[in-house]
Amino acid sequence: MTSELDIFVGNTTLIDEDMYRLWLDGYLVTNAVALRVRSGILEQMGSTAAVLQSDTMDRYRTFHMLERLLHAPPKLLHQLIFQILPSRQALLIERYYAFDEAFVREVLGKKLSKGTKKDLDDISTITGITLKSCRRQFDNFKRVFKVVEEMRGSLVDNIQQHFLLSDQLARDYAAIVFFANNRFETGKKKLQYLSFGDFAFSAELMIQNWTLGAVDSQMDDMHMDLDKEFLQDLKELKLLVADKDLLDLHKSLVCTALWGKLGVFSEMKANFKNLSRGLVNVATKLTHNKDVRDLFRRAVLPKSVFSVCPLPRWLPTPGPLGPLHGHPPWLPPAPLS
Amino acid sequence: MPGKLKVKIVAGRHLPVMDRASDLTDAFVEVKFGNTTFKTDVYLKSLNPQWNSEWFKFEVDDEDLQDEPLQITVLDHDTYSANDAIGKVYIDIDPLLYSEAATVISGWFPIYDTIHGIRGEINVVVKVDLFNDLNRFRQSSCGVKFFCTTSIPKCYRAVIIHGFVEELVVNEDPEYQWIDRIRTPRASNEARQRLISLMSGELQRKIGLKVLEMRGNAVVGYLQCFDLEGESGLVVRAIGTACTLDKLSSPAAFLPACNSPSKEMKEIPFNEDPNPNTHSSGPSTPLKNQTYSFSPSKSYSRQSSSSDTDLSLTPKTGMGSGSAGKEGGPFKALLRQQTQSALEQREFPFFTLTAFPPGFLVHVGGVVSARSVKLLDRIHNPAFVGIMGNTRSYKLLDWNSFNSDEPETRDAWWAEIRQEIKSHAKALGCHAVVGYSESTSICEEVCILSASGTAAVLNPRFLQDGTVEGCLEQRLEENLPTRCGFCHIPYDELNMPFPAHLTYCYNCRKQKVPDVLFTTIDLPTDATVIGKGCLIQARLCRLKKKAQAEANATAISNLLPFMEYEVHTQLMNKLKLKGMNALFGLRIQITVGENMLMGLASATGVYLAALPTPGGIQIAGKTPNDGSYEQHISHMQKKINDTIAKNKELYEINPPEISEEIIGSPIPEPRQRSRLLRSQSESSDEVTELDLSHGKKDAFVLEIDDTDAMEDVHSLLTDVPPPSGFYSCNTEIMPGINNWTSEIQMFTSVRVIRLSSLNLTNQALNKNFNDLCENLLKSLYFKLRSMIPCCLCHVNFTVSLPEDELIQVTVTAVAITFDKNQALQTTKTHVEKSLQRASTDNEELLQFPLELCSDSLPSHPLPPAKEHLESASSNSGIPAAQRATSVDYSSFADRCSSWIELIKLKAQTIRRGSIKTTVTVEKASPVGDGNFRNRSAPPCANSTVGVVKMTPLSFIPGAKITKYLGIINMFFIRETTSLREEGGVSGFLHAFIAEVFAMVRAHVAALGGNAVVSYIMKQCVFMENPNKNQAQCLINVSGDAVVFVRESDLEVVSTQQPTANCQSSCTEGEVTT
Repeated sequence: MTSELDIFVGNTTLIDEDMYRLWLDGYLVTNAVALRVRSGILEQMGSTAAVLQSDTMDRYRTFHMLERLLHAPPKLLHQLIFQILPSRQALLIERYYAFDEAFVREVLGKKLSKGTKKDLDDISTITGITLKSCRRQFDNFKRVFKVVEEMRGSLVDNIQQHFLLSDQLARDYAAIVFFANNRFETGKKKLQYLSFGDFAFSAELMIQNWTLGAVDSQMDDMHMDLDKEFLQDLKELKLLVADKDLLDLHKSLVCTALWGKLGVFSEMKANFKNLSRGLVNVATKLTHNKDVRDLFRRAVLPKSVFSVCPLPRWLPTPGPLGPLHGHPPWLPPAPLS
Repeated sequence: MPGKLKVKIVAGRHLPVMDRASDLTDAFVEVKFGNTTFKTDVYLKSLNPQWNSEWFKFEVDDEDLQDEPLQITVLDHDTYSANDAIGKVYIDIDPLLYSEAATVISGWFPIYDTIHGIRGEINVVVKVDLFNDLNRFRQSSCGVKFFCTTSIPKCYRAVIIHGFVEELVVNEDPEYQWIDRIRTPRASNEARQRLISLMSGELQRKIGLKVLEMRGNAVVGYLQCFDLEGESGLVVRAIGTACTLDKLSSPAAFLPACNSPSKEMKEIPFNEDPNPNTHSSGPSTPLKNQTYSFSPSKSYSRQSSSSDTDLSLTPKTGMGSGSAGKEGGPFKALLRQQTQSALEQREFPFFTLTAFPPGFLVHVGGVVSARSVKLLDRIHNPAFVGIMGNTRSYKLLDWNSFNSDEPETRDAWWAEIRQEIKSHAKALGCHAVVGYSESTSICEEVCILSASGTAAVLNPRFLQDGTVEGCLEQRLEENLPTRCGFCHIPYDELNMPFPAHLTYCYNCRKQKVPDVLFTTIDLPTDATVIGKGCLIQARLCRLKKKAQAEANATAISNLLPFMEYEVHTQLMNKLKLKGMNALFGLRIQITVGENMLMGLASATGVYLAALPTPGGIQIAGKTPNDGSYEQHISHMQKKINDTIAKNKELYEINPPEISEEIIGSPIPEPRQRSRLLRSQSESSDEVTELDLSHGKKDAFVLEIDDTDAMEDVHSLLTDVPPPSGFYSCNTEIMPGINNWTSEIQMFTSVRVIRLSSLNLTNQALNKNFNDLCENLLKSLYFKLRSMIPCCLCHVNFTVSLPEDELIQVTVTAVAITFDKNQALQTTKTHVEKSLQRASTDNEELLQFPLELCSDSLPSHPLPPAKEHLESASSNSGIPAAQRATSVDYSSFADRCSSWIELIKLKAQTIRRGSIKTTVTVEKASPVGDGNFRNRSAPPCANSTVGVVKMTPLSFIPGAKITKYLGIINMFFIRETTSLREEGGVSGFLHAFIAEVFAMVRAHVAALGGNAVVSYIMKQCVFMENPNKNQAQCLINVSGDAVVFVRESDLEVVSTQQPTANCQSSCTEGEVTT
């Protein structure tokens, strides 16, 4: 007696969170069944392994059918085939687009191309994440990238609109897309200590302040490309180091702005000249694409400063930075025109 | 009388890419009705075209309106080659033809293609203007309402129940026409879909005409089936019960009179219920009944009890209901005579209903069934040539019936079977058959026709014309038989049709009752049940030699009696094992295959308080001298006794102890084991009676004389009870559970197993089949474990044998959660609860997060407000216990849905991440709040609501059905030539069933409804050819589209009515739009 066909279709599509996770993590049916058996679910329900096998197959099939819709989440909301509770829809989308920290660190800043996709086997071995899961995450990055690449307006908003992600996840994706687009180098050894969160934070600030969209919100353009003109203008910052008066003025402005907001304020104040010089050095060389890509490696170069504490951690939240024209203090301020 | 059909094509969305080069589609739409076709403009290069067409107007006869479906085809325009079809939508416009059903069909319909499945959606608006309002439906049967529900629909009152209506239409199956060899599978499938749609339209119209002839206005319990007879054609047949229904107008009026079942059920188990307004509170003995009448012209005649009232008020009717105490004998005879005359003019006194108005059912005799084996021949169709080539096909169909000088073969077959059923019922002393149904099983050219029902004595009051008086309600109360009345035997105890074991009724002690009762109906709402019920199944396979034609038919008809006998024995044994004494909703299905016959009987076992306690099962060995054998037997005996004890505990069966003296000694009659009268034959009318009498008085003896019997006993013990927290039944509601919560989940599960052809013995086959069913149930319990405590209701198993070694089992059921803690809550607390509800007007909103309401539609700025409301309501001092169920669950739902919503509402101004976003949340809430309250106080009144509930039951727990929108009857074919690519057979069928559900929901939503009740999947024919990478499946579903309103909302409305009239009226207004 062999089962040829075995299906269960509910009027409301039931989503089992644990099963969904197993599926997302790329477990094969057999592995998933084994895992579930170990979880003791059979004893609870007095069921048999065959029941579990059938249930797992069925759920996997459902997820597989949903996957097509998950590639364009607004479709999931409008489709009529599966009646899914809104909370479950949200869960499906959010989990599908969630990614592993270890994985994202490996591909952050890399071109989302076929070439990188070929390296996924290696990444899978390094990170211990199943190849299937790696592929899904990579395809997610790529899909989001493709959709928002040519779009106007805020990157985060675009991602939210087209993928219905939660705010946090959308911002993470914005960072991933931004990094992929500008191909910032993040894989170097000296950058290993930085988490994805650190980069995402930097990305957010850069998107807000360094891109074309940031300068003029009315301008129809992308939030993904850095404002070339701005990078050119950064050359002018040499003055901040060369001119003693300007250096002092800068220092006092920064200190006023950051006073009380920084745990390492005194160190910063003491080392201001070094810091400033280091940063200005980085800033003035951002004219070539290659240098831009190297930004992070070079930004953490001045050991004297950054070895004290990791780079973005002591940054204040972007807020009352009036004197700096909205620019983060750890990066060169905008030209004081 | 003509009408004008108006159709507008608004837009499409999610269309498939038809042009590979541009990744876009140039779509346009053809709208066809009858012979007229309109086209929209081509909307270039878009997957979401906005046609916004003018109104296409069709001027047509109402006959066409009834028969024809509206056919909408979406195509991709191609300049150089033929336009490619994307898919079709068939819309049945019948619901628009009744005065009080839907007024407009408007919504998104899935575009369906028989090869590719659903391909995007199309937004359509359909209206019908019928001319000449005054004489609207005289000439046709347009006005007749159809209900699949097998009880009187909830918002109607039965004035008269006229009786049985049936019709069948025959046609050639397009799949077997010569033209099928040259056309594409798609064309062939579409021809079939269209033909069946036409035929069911015609059938419905014809039945409607019959109803009008009987002067009824509705068909209840409408059951339409297809017989795919292959070469010999396609039969569409339908049966139903004609009724005259009255709409109960104001909700206030019907609230107390006709409570929803969930409430009614609450009252049943409590004899001493102080509730004054329902039937269940009637006096418990017939003698009391006599003194309880307040009709004006009452005369205490010697002869009868409550029937006096009837006599005086309606001389024509004569007799009322009743268990007439000591005068039982003569009275009964008279009663029979009277009702018989009422039923005599009917050819077949059959009723497809399974639940009845109080007082309708007087006595129940037992199950009657008949089967007959027929050889299919080419159906005689003189006027029938190449019908699909002819667009006026329905005209041809009409000729077809005109031309029937030749006796309609199928009609004759069914008439024969019905006649047999009728005579069986007579033999049981009954003049009517209730819970009647018909079915077929076809394999190659052999066809088994089956019919079954429950013989019963009915109260003639509902059956006659001119008996409608204002005081019906009043009389109702008087005439109510006692709650044990239906158990009393209708036949003469001295002249019994078969050996039976009778005792005095354990409830009233006046009348005789049998020891077990088998019925095909639902448990009457006023019956007293002890403990809970459970699903009982008998499963059986029998091998059969492969044979041709006559030989095959003979072989089958020889096997049938044995199968019936065994199925019946199994049912009886299992019933005893559960410690119960009655079966309801019995459905025996015999399926014929190439080399085997399958029997599957499902029923719900209960312990009726009126019937005697069932004896145990005793095992007797044949060889008493063998010591080890004896030991084995006693071991088995012990096991059986343990199981019975365990089951009694599990189902809470603890009847009050009654000593023999009070009851009087049992009548010394041979034991009756079978109340199942049946016969099967090709031509004869012989009635095979089962006499399984054993000498032993109160134990049921199983003799183990060979290994077969041993197997049987083993199989009895292998049935595992459902895991704790689960119950299952195949009736509408589970006896003994009455506190349903509103969460329901309808599902369909299909399994096909392949038997290894090597070990095909009867035993192995039985074991395989048994395992298949048991595993399927286990899977269901496992899948639905998150709903515990819950009950699987209306579990409907269908078996088919698509190929030699394949067995297919299809299950459709609904899981309903119930509240364990409140299991024994009385009406008192219920009243309290409703008061509490009234005091906190927010409370009604608690329920909605469980619904998938408009959250899923981005255009509705409602959900963000919910969170707010939710918190508001949870602050407002509602007792924690009441909140517990919904709030916990919903808070998460809210959070998620609100941010999804938010994303879409969010203006471009948000640019700076989290700070601003959260601000928006807070801002949005209070604003939305105001809108929300005003706009959708009754949450489901909003017709754009995304969620459509589906249930095989006739009601929705915790909700009241306010409007029936019409019948849903849909037939789909799906075919694939890339089975592997679609995920194999499982993937293919899974997707198809999901699509069918989606199309049903879309149609209901377009009618303005929010649920389908009495949903049934009547057919699921699956064929595969893995070698060719092909599969095909046909599915036929039906149900009633309805609008429901949560009971909690209604209560709020009704309690507030004095002060806030306008509010209630506007609630209604919204509901009915």
